[in-house]
Amino acid sequence: MTSLLLQVPVDAVNWARAQFALTAIYHWLFVPLTLGLALIMGIMETCYYRKRTEFWLKASQFWQRLFAVNFAMGVATGIILEFEFGTNWSNYSWFVGDIFGAPLAIEGIVAFFMESTFVAVMFFGWKKVSAGFHLASTWLTGLGATFSAWWILVANSWMQYPVGYAFNPDTMRNEMTSFVDVALSPAAIEKFSHTVTSSWIVGAAFVIAVCCWFLIKNREHELAKTSIKIAAIVGLAASLLACFTGDGSAYSVAQTQPMKLAAMEALYNGGESQALTGVAWVNPIEQPDYKNEAEPSMRIAVPNMLSILATRTMDGYVPGVNEILNGYTTPDGKTQLSVEEKMKRGREAINALATYRKAKKDGDEATAQQQLASINENMPYFGYGYIEKPEDTVPYIPVCFWAFRIMVGLGTMFIAFFALVLLLVYKRDIAKYKWLHWAAIAALPLAYVASEAGWIVAEMGRQPWTIQDLLPINAAVSNIGSGSVALTFFVFLALFTTLLAVELRIMWKQINGEISSHSTENK
Amino acid sequence: MFKWIFNLYYEGFRQMTVGKVLWVVIIIKLFIIFAILKPVFFRDHLSQVSPDGDKAAYVAGELVQRGISSDTIPIQENSITNTIK
Repeated sequence: MTSLLLQVPVDAVNWARAQFALTAIYHWLFVPLTLGLALIMGIMETCYYRKRTEFWLKASQFWQRLFAVNFAMGVATGIILEFEFGTNWSNYSWFVGDIFGAPLAIEGIVAFFMESTFVAVMFFGWKKVSAGFHLASTWLTGLGATFSAWWILVANSWMQYPVGYAFNPDTMRNEMTSFVDVALSPAAIEKFSHTVTSSWIVGAAFVIAVCCWFLIKNREHELAKTSIKIAAIVGLAASLLACFTGDGSAYSVAQTQPMKLAAMEALYNGGESQALTGVAWVNPIEQPDYKNEAEPSMRIAVPNMLSILATRTMDGYVPGVNEILNGYTTPDGKTQLSVEEKMKRGREAINALATYRKAKKDGDEATAQQQLASINENMPYFGYGYIEKPEDTVPYIPVCFWAFRIMVGLGTMFIAFFALVLLLVYKRDIAKYKWLHWAAIAALPLAYVASEAGWIVAEMGRQPWTIQDLLPINAAVSNIGSGSVALTFFVFLALFTTLLAVELRIMWKQINGEISSHSTENK
Repeated sequence: MFKWIFNLYYEGFRQMTVGKVLWVVIIIKLFIIFAILKPVFFRDHLSQVSPDGDKAAYVAGELVQRGISSDTIPIQENSITNTIK
């Protein structure tokens, strides 16, 4: 067995991957809080709109101020990801260009016009517009941010489950054949639902942590208790919804990316009536010997549960890593090719592409048409033409396995946490529970850990593909040296760390400063 | 209407408190991203390397060369050495 983590080659591919992961992880520190706080501040201002008291005005403006700090810090951090596409992942960028163009253009327009317009009204318009218009602007700001997320997740989901496209060998691009299929792909719907509901958990955990800090400092009791009530309800509802959407997301993965599911479960050998692994020992720094081990050691599993989750039947067939590598036939007679066969077809597609382009150049239309048929027939396996050996299509199992358990474990913990907070804030004097205040503060980073772990499962589980089955990372990366990518990796590390430090400092100052309504003063 | 919108922004910016700090951070960040990082480190790779601006031919060459069976492939669409494999 190989210690993969210690033997990752330091080349352009891995520097580019590391840089993208770093940028995405930092970007994702800002986004879920924006989505989560948007919902809570909308609820706060709705309360103000209904009751028109100084207290609700103060509460609304306080949470909007913290939203503004996070929003300002997060602005444009996602643009860097698009820079990286053009420089580090130019083959990929060209290959997917037409598919990504529409969702990202819509996202850009929505983000710019909708968010910037309504954010301005939200912050500058307290004394300038009616209470109803202001409330609508606050909700539309959150809706705009959520709508933006939709289009980004549509693009991401297409990488996980490419649909609604046709490859054009003349332009070397995948062209959209159905906008509806791309925009409303089941993978996109599941991913969006799970991402947004889990972001609400982050927002709720943030509000409760800040309020518990107030209680520790013995200040702002009314604001703290009222905000905790709202946040605990949002958090509990979001946690339960995240369970439901997570189940849908996992089912979608089972249908479209069975290797990812096998890696998440460390399911080496599948079959019918599969159990769901609760805990097991999977060495975090070694790819397991899945060819020879029956299952991970010390495995405690729930009988039949994986089959239920993946197929919605008690005895459903779930393939493991070895079945996917070697090919299998499901009980209903569907045959899945072995990876070797897919590699053969992928190479045929690449050969046909080369011959097609030469024939086109030479004006040999008959050969071109013949090769075009071969390209179309083998295109679903195009990416396998870049795979050297079948084992290369197995993602790094320990990361998928443990990241998935961290996400699910923390998600489950948050259901209990929000239920407990809700109970105490309604039935007891929550200000007296000092241990809970510190626990709530400790829970905030855990909410981020759960959210980031979810993305690690999604993205590491897709490896070695940038686009599932169509383009692996070694074909997607630009033909560039690793030096410049390594340099910008550290530039980004410094930039994002500085941004995060600045955000935390400004946020800290706001939280610890005087909290009063500023009905005549803009934030 | 336009005057109202102008005043909303003008007075909004003028009366900002913590927002001023945030705008300074945003402007510095945007300057670093668009004036330094983009032109220095993140130039469009394909625009730089594709001969005659034919990006499709360049990408075709790259993807064909990187295919595992590239030794059996009849054409080379560009002469840039592949350093990835």
